[in-house]
Amino acid sequence: MRTLRFLLQKEFRQILRSRSLLISIILGPVIQLTLLPLAANFEVKKIAVAVVDHDHSTYSNKLIAKIYASKYFSGGTYHSSYEAANKMIEQNKADIILEIPQGFERNLVREGHEEVYVAVNAINGTKAGVGSGYLGAIVADFNQDVRLQWNQPGHFSEAPTIDVVNANWYNPFMSYFLFMVPGLIVSLLTGIGAFSASLNIVKEKEIGTIEQINVTPIKKHHFILGKLIPYWVLSMFVFTIGMLVSRFAYGIVPVGNIGLLYGFLSAYLITLLGAGLLISTYSDTQQQAVSLAFFFVLVFNMISGVFTSIDSMPDWGKALSYLSPMSHFAAVMRMVVLKGSTFHDIQPHFIAIIILGIVFNTWAVLNYRKTT
Amino acid sequence: MKAITLDNITKTYDKGKVLAVDKASFELEQGETFGLIGPDGAGKTSIFRVLTTLLLPDGGNATVAGYDVVKQYELIRNCIGYMPGRFSLYQDLTVEENLNFFATIFNTSIEENYELIKDIYVQIEPFKTRRAGKLSGGMKQKLALCCALIHKPVVLFLDEPTTGVDAVSRVEFWEMLKRLKYQGITILVSTPYMDEAALCDRIALIEGGKILSIDSPANTVKKYPGKLFAVKSANMHRLLHDLRDYEGTRSCFTFGDSMHLSFKQDSDNAVSTLTNYLTGKGQQQLEITEIPAGIEDYFIRITEKQNEQHSHTS
Repeated sequence: MRTLRFLLQKEFRQILRSRSLLISIILGPVIQLTLLPLAANFEVKKIAVAVVDHDHSTYSNKLIAKIYASKYFSGGTYHSSYEAANKMIEQNKADIILEIPQGFERNLVREGHEEVYVAVNAINGTKAGVGSGYLGAIVADFNQDVRLQWNQPGHFSEAPTIDVVNANWYNPFMSYFLFMVPGLIVSLLTGIGAFSASLNIVKEKEIGTIEQINVTPIKKHHFILGKLIPYWVLSMFVFTIGMLVSRFAYGIVPVGNIGLLYGFLSAYLITLLGAGLLISTYSDTQQQAVSLAFFFVLVFNMISGVFTSIDSMPDWGKALSYLSPMSHFAAVMRMVVLKGSTFHDIQPHFIAIIILGIVFNTWAVLNYRKTT
Repeated sequence: MKAITLDNITKTYDKGKVLAVDKASFELEQGETFGLIGPDGAGKTSIFRVLTTLLLPDGGNATVAGYDVVKQYELIRNCIGYMPGRFSLYQDLTVEENLNFFATIFNTSIEENYELIKDIYVQIEPFKTRRAGKLSGGMKQKLALCCALIHKPVVLFLDEPTTGVDAVSRVEFWEMLKRLKYQGITILVSTPYMDEAALCDRIALIEGGKILSIDSPANTVKKYPGKLFAVKSANMHRLLHDLRDYEGTRSCFTFGDSMHLSFKQDSDNAVSTLTNYLTGKGQQQLEITEIPAGIEDYFIRITEKQNEQHSHTS
């Protein structure tokens, strides 16, 4: 225990002396959490429509006005031909072409039926999908208006329709921040934890101090604990900063028990730092460690469910996601912050994270023994 | 009890493809200063790493302070000091913090063993609040030695302690080692500098992982077979070619400001015959004097023997 105390003292001294590390630990979360949620926003706005109106009628004007009234569409341009509109798409100045055929009003009034042509630039898949969806909804709405106007009041109630009304549970206003900020905290913490843990032992390898340590009576588990505990404490600190930023910058107050979050975080950090240690034991230089850590952090992020939905992944993706510690923490974070889940609800994730933690740490310690 | 014993220690790398140490055997008496002398890549550091329990040997047995390097490595780690060739203290900790750290992990304190390091530490004490990374080369060396000594080790391992250190600091460093010897500490030191070899009690010459000779420096040079001559002339560059072309030359190499030459046969008239030959080649201000062989001469001589099949003329 005495040895461990001196190791920790030395480790904290070094950390507090490294300015770049401190900046990345304290300022990093603040800056990233204030800027990233604004940038990494999946809401689609400012869709540019290129309109080709061959009809120039009251109805076609009404439809166009309706589209522009929506906050999702902006920067519309008018063109005389489809070719001209298509040029806009080619130059990336328009996202959607809406072509209104000649005789739009006449056909609609006389035959009660008409078609408009919509072409979408699908280079940005999200924008294309969401944009054409919005446009479709507006056209359908317009359609409804026309029917209301033309059908006799007594008639249309005869055709029964089912009206679907949504209620967004746990995030009633569909606030993007409420959903994303807790996820970003998870992503941030994973990055800082994995990088610092993987760099740590390699640094001693690279500058040769590990040789000096290895010829002393210091026990291996003391040395490893001496390396992991400081980063465990630091990550707790980073998490606290993250929660404070989300509280005061975004007004996010966790619905669930914050103690439960910290409890899960403790286990998660042991697992994460174990994974970092594992990387450390497989690398000889800091450069190798960073490359490896970068690869894993990227994969963890992609399959974590923070940015995309795990449910829409193929089966192998789901399996992979289950093996990544970050997905469990991301799930628990959102469950507790948004939904107020209790220990009972997050139990499966707890078990998974503990198993992963045992696997990573045992593997790392075994491999560390082998190489010295 | 011997301080260190090596019995047919063998170490290979890359799954046996590279032979770093080839059946090395030697013993160190208590309190002895023993030098491992050899060029880079001779296997010196591998021997150090086996003895300091950082590396497992592939064959043979070794003990340090009576403990087996494989089975009792933990006991060895308590009683040895190791100073690796590369400076390996914490650069971001101060002089005092480094020393304190290494004292505490051996369950001791600077005060407890201050006597042992006093002579060395007083020289760096004015800089004790400076970070180790900001010290000069000679200072780093002194700090590293202090850290290796702070727990009063029985055996001290110094792997090329003076490589990359200026001439003055090198002399100072060996003065410090001499004082440590009086404290009864056994020292195993390696160096590529032959002039430092003369300062050891005994030396082992090592090349290609093989121990070629073990003896005191004085006896080592006595083993030089035959005579050695220093040859000088006005045109040293031509002289080297002329001497190597000479049929009676066994070996000739540049050494400082003269050529060290040995004959195939040391006959009485060898020198006069050579003088005639060189004068015939137009050499002027010729000086040929017999000199006692140094450790380097002996080293080159025996490594030549090792590589008999290769011609040594390049």
